[in-house]
Amino acid sequence: MAAAKWILGTVPTPTGDVPRVGAELTWADRLGAWARRWGIGRADYTVPPGLYAIGTPTAESVVLVSANYKMSFDWLRRELKGMDAWILVMDTKGINVWCAAGKGTFGTDELVRRVQATGLDRVVSHRRLVVPQLGAPGVSAHGVQKGCGFRVVYGPVRAADLPRFLASGMKADREMRRVRFGLMDRAAVAPVEMVQGGGHALLAAAVFVLLGGLAADGFRLDRVLSVGLPEAALVMGAFLGGSLVTPLLLPCLPGRAFALKGAWIGLLGTAGLWHLLLGWPAGGAVWTLVAWLLMGTALASFVAMNFTGASTYTSLSGVRKEMRRAVPAQAVGMVAGLALWGVSRFTGLLG
Amino acid sequence: MFGLRYLPGVTTLALDVERCSGCGMCLNVCPHAVLAGTDGGRVAIADRDACMECGACARNCPTGALSVEAGVGCAAAIIVGALKGTEPSCGCEGGESAGGHE
Repeated sequence: MAAAKWILGTVPTPTGDVPRVGAELTWADRLGAWARRWGIGRADYTVPPGLYAIGTPTAESVVLVSANYKMSFDWLRRELKGMDAWILVMDTKGINVWCAAGKGTFGTDELVRRVQATGLDRVVSHRRLVVPQLGAPGVSAHGVQKGCGFRVVYGPVRAADLPRFLASGMKADREMRRVRFGLMDRAAVAPVEMVQGGGHALLAAAVFVLLGGLAADGFRLDRVLSVGLPEAALVMGAFLGGSLVTPLLLPCLPGRAFALKGAWIGLLGTAGLWHLLLGWPAGGAVWTLVAWLLMGTALASFVAMNFTGASTYTSLSGVRKEMRRAVPAQAVGMVAGLALWGVSRFTGLLG
Repeated sequence: MFGLRYLPGVTTLALDVERCSGCGMCLNVCPHAVLAGTDGGRVAIADRDACMECGACARNCPTGALSVEAGVGCAAAIIVGALKGTEPSCGCEGGESAGGHE
């Protein structure tokens, strides 16, 4: 870490030299964030906890608290161009502010410990910490005051609002306090979900490519192309319907439960994709189509339900309620779909 | 059209108005404007169904007037918790960093 490119030098303080960082993100910082979202490289994406300086801070300069997930740290410092401030990085085990606050690692005890470990009371003359609002599920402001004498001021939800917040004498307006989940936010987190389930989806698709060659009369290679590939496309279509299309269209889809929103996309997407790849079904193919509608709907519904974790507005009680209804329905749909698919493929029972 | 509203009538959020000192800390930390100030100086639950049970208000209430069964609204966490026999636990490593997760 000593040679980390984002450290520009040091600033002397009564407790020793503090690393100075820049507000400019380099292409390496941006590439790292992009790779992280797409799950490329499992390398530690962290910043060592402790005190950092940006610009030329003095004993009167503001102290901004952050997590030691590098993206949290980078997204904060890029908003501080031309400012003099201290950044106090907590040890959140490499996890972003909001998630870490939920786990309690971005918490009262760690903040008090970090203030004491850095000797912050000797570096600054004031007794004020600006904590990101989304750290509040883990941090108790009155607990921090009791623990180390510093008063917690909750900053805005988005780091981008920090300059305005600081310029207005640490006053946040209503909009600064609200969490949003706009199209760009949803597009940014969708890859995380896609990568997490993508391996399983590709495996399932590969199995269907091979199974495509099989029928009652044995294995034929030409069917791998004519049947296996389209069916694999249906698997991937349902997966992307739940992990990408549903998040993007989230507010426009009927229902409040994510499982229901995803089910619509699975049903319509599977029907549309089938028609595109295989045309109108005839004879026994009608039953194969019904089987795929069941499986596609169940799969997209399940994948979409998992997007609750990336969203910014779902509650534990709500997700529990959603799952009590959705998971049995998804299981029935998947099992019934698979059974129907097997019967129509390997028996002559359905014409 | 349907907007970003989740299931209604589920939150475990509770407010004991008698214990509210009117400090307003909960108004600062709630990310969904669930609480609002009143003329009497104390707070009131203004938009109960917008509550995501993050627990920020309860943790920052110095008089213990607010309570909520806080947790993550994450299906994967609930599944992992059910399989391991533990409380729902978020498995995200670095975690997403959009829309204010920083």
